[in-house]
Amino acid sequence: MKEIVISPITRIEGHAKVTIFLNDDSSVRDARFEVVDFRGFEKFSEGRPFYEMPSITARACGICPVSHLVASAQACDDIVGVTVPRTVELLRRLMHMGQLIQSHALNFFHLSAPDFLLGMDYDPERRNVFGLIEKMPDVARQGIRLRKFGQEIIENVAGKKIHSSEWVVPGGAKWPLTKERADYLLSNLPEAQDTALKTIKLFKDWLASCTEEMETYGDFPSYYLGLVTPNGGLEQYRGKIRVVDSDGKIVADMIDPYQYSEYIGEAVEPWSYMKFPYYKPLGYPDGMYRVGPLARLNVCSHCGTPLADEELKEFKKLGKNGVVQSSFHYHYARLIEALFCIETAKDILEDPDVLSERVCTRTRPIKSEGIGVAEAPRGTLIHHYKVDPQGIVKSVNMIIATEHNNLAFNKAVTQVAKKYVEAEKLQEGMLNRVESVVRSFDPCLSCATHMVGQMPLELRLVDSHGKLIDRQIR
Amino acid sequence: MVTAEKARVATIWLSGCSGCHMTFLDQDEALIDLAKKIQLVYSPIADVKVFPENVDVTLVEGAVANDHQEEMIKFARERTKILISLGDCAVTGNVPALRNAWVKSDEAVLKRAYIETADVNPQIPTEVPELLPKAHPLHEFVKVDYYIPGCPPPSGVVNYVITELLAGRTPNMEGKSKYG
Ligand code: SF4
Repeated sequence: MKEIVISPITRIEGHAKVTIFLNDDSSVRDARFEVVDFRGFEKFSEGRPFYEMPSITARACGICPVSHLVASAQACDDIVGVTVPRTVELLRRLMHMGQLIQSHALNFFHLSAPDFLLGMDYDPERRNVFGLIEKMPDVARQGIRLRKFGQEIIENVAGKKIHSSEWVVPGGAKWPLTKERADYLLSNLPEAQDTALKTIKLFKDWLASCTEEMETYGDFPSYYLGLVTPNGGLEQYRGKIRVVDSDGKIVADMIDPYQYSEYIGEAVEPWSYMKFPYYKPLGYPDGMYRVGPLARLNVCSHCGTPLADEELKEFKKLGKNGVVQSSFHYHYARLIEALFCIETAKDILEDPDVLSERVCTRTRPIKSEGIGVAEAPRGTLIHHYKVDPQGIVKSVNMIIATEHNNLAFNKAVTQVAKKYVEAEKLQEGMLNRVESVVRSFDPCLSCATHMVGQMPLELRLVDSHGKLIDRQIR
Repeated sequence: MVTAEKARVATIWLSGCSGCHMTFLDQDEALIDLAKKIQLVYSPIADVKVFPENVDVTLVEGAVANDHQEEMIKFARERTKILISLGDCAVTGNVPALRNAWVKSDEAVLKRAYIETADVNPQIPTEVPELLPKAHPLHEFVKVDYYIPGCPPPSGVVNYVITELLAGRTPNMEGKSKYG
């Protein structure tokens, strides 16, 4: 049995590799997406005071720290039994909008655009954001500024662009938003909205040229899971969980986060540090579902802001019964969400309550358990803590957004490898396509490693016991 | 340091959260100027898969927490003129080193994640890089030329250090960046 190893997968937020298994005739049999490092947050949080949790868990991810902050803050609010003031709710939501905007801009411009705009087969040494700056400086600048806008929302609300955990306190927030800062953000908002609209247009024009990719980049039926508002709209900050099947039928609705473990199970495979969540009613591995921008637009009936709603209508036409099934369209979904978040940020910034100075309460732990759930850029994020009467953490379970998509990743890389990889005439561009489908999901893996001293395009012939028989390096 | 040609810069991501890479990207428009002066020869945000020879400056995020990372950092050190520990995880071990409080911390953290909280196939993954018994700061394995503390360090400081080094000067770190 031969295998092709692509390692590391680059231009994703984390380190992983893909192994492609070949049949005797060198056609592709199967492919695996393997995550290769692990830090152990669930263990080392034990024994620490619960109010440290936002600050610790934000460090799980430098791209979506705010999603961890809001999920963790909600779990902590729950432990202290406090409903936070409306102003705090608005500010946390605003900060989360900033997070989604910057993260979606990052995936599109800094990580994926080199594939779309420079080309899948472009020189690998320059197929990156610096290559994009060189070739298309205007597009690159717009992308950089859109990401900056998102980061500046976070900074102006919570003090720092990355790991602004000091601002987050159980039951409240450390300081209010000043009018100056709100006005500054509002003054930059029109440019951000303009960039989002322009980028959507750019992307749609480009879409016409890639029908083949649309049909092979993880195009398969699955379930979809995400938060919705009480009336079924798009929700990213806090809400109830909805699950729809591949035909768009709602199979579970308004699930309280406290019930997550009745619906979501986790499996382990020996070849990856990323666990495999599955939809419990269907079992493992049949219970494959997707989360993230594509899933969120598939589970919701509307966005709730005018410009995003217009785009959503067009988006839904790409699928049957409003369910878009090609993972390629994660990109489009991401851009629509960015637009939605910019519109929502505007609504929040114009809300008179947002500048209220009453944001802090004094709190003590009164409950033994707390759960928080948010839609991180990449999907549903769950934090679940148990604490003793003094508020010392006894146990932690975190289901990280990207994990939910693990079963779907594996299916998608297999689909693309089968279509594009010809082991006999292996070329870098073919393998970049496999990586590029991974990028469309925008996985945000906990950190991992690079393989060194090893050639990236490696063909290994192994026997049925996995013993290496032959190794070819290209 | 480098005259006519662009400086060859690399970034490496070990056991960290990517926040230090994000602070690098937070240079925003300054990246456009930087692009004129540097070539990014290896990075998680670029596609070259093998750490190349003759790298002028390498910024390293993260602690050394598994056997492949140990190999990686030694490999990169040999090929780099100036190696920088970027951020608290690289400088002190920081977050990944929180597990060091447990004796045999590798076993403790793995058991919690893959056995106690798994519903199907509970097992510790084996076909993956092996965790070291502890997470270590970089300088415990290789010589480090500069340290930029912070979790993450401010992007302005990252820009300052790179610019100074490219100009052939020694950055003066006094009062520029603090832990946390
Ligand atoms: S120092 Fe902080 S920001 Fe940098 S990798 Fe470590 S946890 Fe992330």
